[in-house]
Amino acid sequence: MQSSWIPFVPDSASTVSGKVDALYFYLSGVTVFFTLLISGVLIFFVIKYRRRTPYEIPRPIAGSHKLEILWSVIPFMIAMSMFAWGAQLYFEQSRPPRNTNEIYVVGKQWMWKIQHTTGQREINELHVPVGRKIKLIMTAEDTIHDFFVPAFRIKADVVPGRYTTEWFEATKAGTYHLFCAEYCGMNHSGMIGSVIVMEPTDFDNWLSGNSSLSPALAGQQLFQSLGCVSCHGANGEGGRGPALAGLFGRQVFLNTGQTLKADEAYIRESILNPQAKLVSGFGPIMPTFQGQVSEEQLLQIIAFIKSLQIVNPQPATPGPSPAASITATSPAPATR
Amino acid sequence: MEEYEAPQPSRINYLNAEYGLKSWLLTKDHKRIALLYLGSISFFFFIGGLYAMFIRLELLTPQGDLLSSATYNKVFTQHGIIMIFFFLIPSIPATLGNFLVPMMIGAKDLAFPRINLLSWYIYLLGGIITIYALLAGGVDTGWTFYAPYSTTFSNSYVIATGLGIFISGFSSILTGLNFIVTIHTMRAPGMTWFRLPLFIWAHYATSLIMILGTPVIAITILLLTFERLAHVGIFDPAVGGDPVLFQHLFWFYSHPAVYIMVLPGMGVVSELIANFSRKNIFGYSFVAFSSLAIAVFGFLVWGHHLFVASQSVYAGMIFSFLSFAVAIPSAIKVFNWTATLYKGSISYETPMLYALGFIGLFTIGGMTGLFLAALAVDVHLSDTYFVVAHFHYIMVGGTLLAYLGGLHYWWPKISGRMYPEGWGRFSALVVFVGFNLTFLPQFVAGYMGMPRRYHAYPPEFQVFNVLSSAGASILGVGLLIPMIYLIWSMRYGKSAEANPWHLPGLEWRTASPPPTENFETTPIVTWEAYEFAPSEEMEVVGRFSKSEGAVQQL
Repeated sequence: MQSSWIPFVPDSASTVSGKVDALYFYLSGVTVFFTLLISGVLIFFVIKYRRRTPYEIPRPIAGSHKLEILWSVIPFMIAMSMFAWGAQLYFEQSRPPRNTNEIYVVGKQWMWKIQHTTGQREINELHVPVGRKIKLIMTAEDTIHDFFVPAFRIKADVVPGRYTTEWFEATKAGTYHLFCAEYCGMNHSGMIGSVIVMEPTDFDNWLSGNSSLSPALAGQQLFQSLGCVSCHGANGEGGRGPALAGLFGRQVFLNTGQTLKADEAYIRESILNPQAKLVSGFGPIMPTFQGQVSEEQLLQIIAFIKSLQIVNPQPATPGPSPAASITATSPAPATR
Repeated sequence: MEEYEAPQPSRINYLNAEYGLKSWLLTKDHKRIALLYLGSISFFFFIGGLYAMFIRLELLTPQGDLLSSATYNKVFTQHGIIMIFFFLIPSIPATLGNFLVPMMIGAKDLAFPRINLLSWYIYLLGGIITIYALLAGGVDTGWTFYAPYSTTFSNSYVIATGLGIFISGFSSILTGLNFIVTIHTMRAPGMTWFRLPLFIWAHYATSLIMILGTPVIAITILLLTFERLAHVGIFDPAVGGDPVLFQHLFWFYSHPAVYIMVLPGMGVVSELIANFSRKNIFGYSFVAFSSLAIAVFGFLVWGHHLFVASQSVYAGMIFSFLSFAVAIPSAIKVFNWTATLYKGSISYETPMLYALGFIGLFTIGGMTGLFLAALAVDVHLSDTYFVVAHFHYIMVGGTLLAYLGGLHYWWPKISGRMYPEGWGRFSALVVFVGFNLTFLPQFVAGYMGMPRRYHAYPPEFQVFNVLSSAGASILGVGLLIPMIYLIWSMRYGKSAEANPWHLPGLEWRTASPPPTENFETTPIVTWEAYEFAPSEEMEVVGRFSKSEGAVQQL
């Protein structure tokens, strides 16, 4: 797992891994410096001022405000430089850029279930191309897990009941460890896998071996079989329920007077607990789907709703609107 | 000073004042209660050490071949629970603190002697319940009890263990309360706040955390129990709860708990550094107030355990900033201890070796804490062996070394006997070498990406684990040696003088072992902390030790 010429540093295979290493080297340098400084001075004093006669009493020294200020302020400045550097990089790590390819990840005891937007499913393996920005949208079916790829220097808890994300751009083809880093029960240390980074052409070949439905298409089927169509319309144009086309990322007006942005977590909550945030103008008529849809199916329905676009720019008003103006772009791989 | 064997005839002291089991189990003497605690925490330390041995044996090979996964998970969980709640938290306060807080301030006992005894019984009850849980089947949640694994998925004795911890927490609260009241109200005439030994300041700060923090872990365990029994929907997202809320509540206590463990150790080290260099502590008030600063700011940094737990990015930044800030008071202490040695008269007895080891290891432990406070690096390091190494540097390299140093330092006072100095120095060296060999490789394994709590691991990490296991066996030997010679010395050790180290502190101005009431007359303090008399005055201090050991006119 080590290819760098620097010892004791794992493989570095993402756009942030080198930056994390740089900060790590800075921290290590400061640590080594202060450890050597303090132990050096300590050893020097202990030898130089060793007791020479049993009765000697050294002259007391009360202290020095100048020194106290010096050794408070200098460490504080150094600490702040570490803070600023770490925080700036953390921002970069935690905020996915635009134009990412999304991949859905579901953790469960004790495996990783992964689905690409093209439909390809994987278990305990994640294939990704070099040079493309990948965003993982993750949740867990049971307890908390954590998606940790040391070579990318990324890690994020995968929490049941909410969506967490992490993003990366791989820079080097190869096979890297994938670890579950949050203790999750008996076979926690077996919840491991590989991230396989491929050259883009190899990756496209790999993807073309795909035969399963894309998540958006699977979501469309669920949308019909679960009866969502009867209120939300076959293409999400709305009816007794609010329109879903163009919903994702838009402002939603609630009957409490509040507004919020429709994201994955809001859609998930509205499926599992529809009464929690009612859209302005609609009654509490939707039943809960808690226990009827799995986490993976939820992600598929969300993928379908994301794929519903409004072709003719029209105000997204509740109520029936011409189906012709709305089209599901789902059959094509999502390209956001 | 010439060798002088003080004849120690049948002088009445706290150990021989009364005989019989009942005289111990119903004692109200803080010194005897300290010994009750000493016995019980040593027992728990031994159990926790056995678990550590199994962990290191299992990790010798990458395959999980010695224990099953289920057993291994219980072993590391129980190692953590026993060591943290039943050894580290009570270690220094309940033994050395109990023995010395009244003696150092010139009091006859703690403010509430019965409550002091009660706290030991509560601790024991909590310990027995926890031992029952371990014997009945054990617990496998990790010492952190994260929900929803602990509330819903674990099939182990979560509630029984939680009950044991819940109960033992009250003994912490009572000890903290007792110390605070004692330090406020029972100082001898002339013992002003700024004449207090820094050991007392550290215990005062620790006590504040104990009484303010421990109720939160009690509430958290209670909520966890409700959730596990009735699925009320506090932590389990399947019934509408929030598992991250558990982590906030848990660390709101458990991060300050780290300071419960290390602050008393800092107090011990202040004593050792001052007294074995015959110097007053450089920047006394800075060291004293840094303890209080740590106690206060320690409550504001819990969120640094949640940088990758889906906490908000902005919350992460605030917690990161505060975590860097809380490092400064610790740095101030280290610099002041080092400066204290300047132009001192330094001797190298066993306690001093432990104190010097503490400063070195605590520096590494503290500095590696900065790696974990730095957000972007923590993303890579959290839940890896780097974290394991970091907190062992604080808790073993820090607290345990300070505890051993303090135990040797006050052993003549506690037992009335000297420990064998040669063995003491030798074992201190063995502990230092074994400790570093155990935990230094884990920093590297952590950055290389080895996650913690792994029963089996990829073979490329084996070299670090073999080094760790080798170090752990050396560390184990280094810890067994003092266990043996301290027990041996209680019967066969050289009789201790009242003041074997020739020090000015109040606890050395009474006999070894002290009488039940500590001082025959209430001392009147006319000197500053660590005020070593000029050489002709030192003779007076020397004369103390030659006397029968009874209290002197102060």
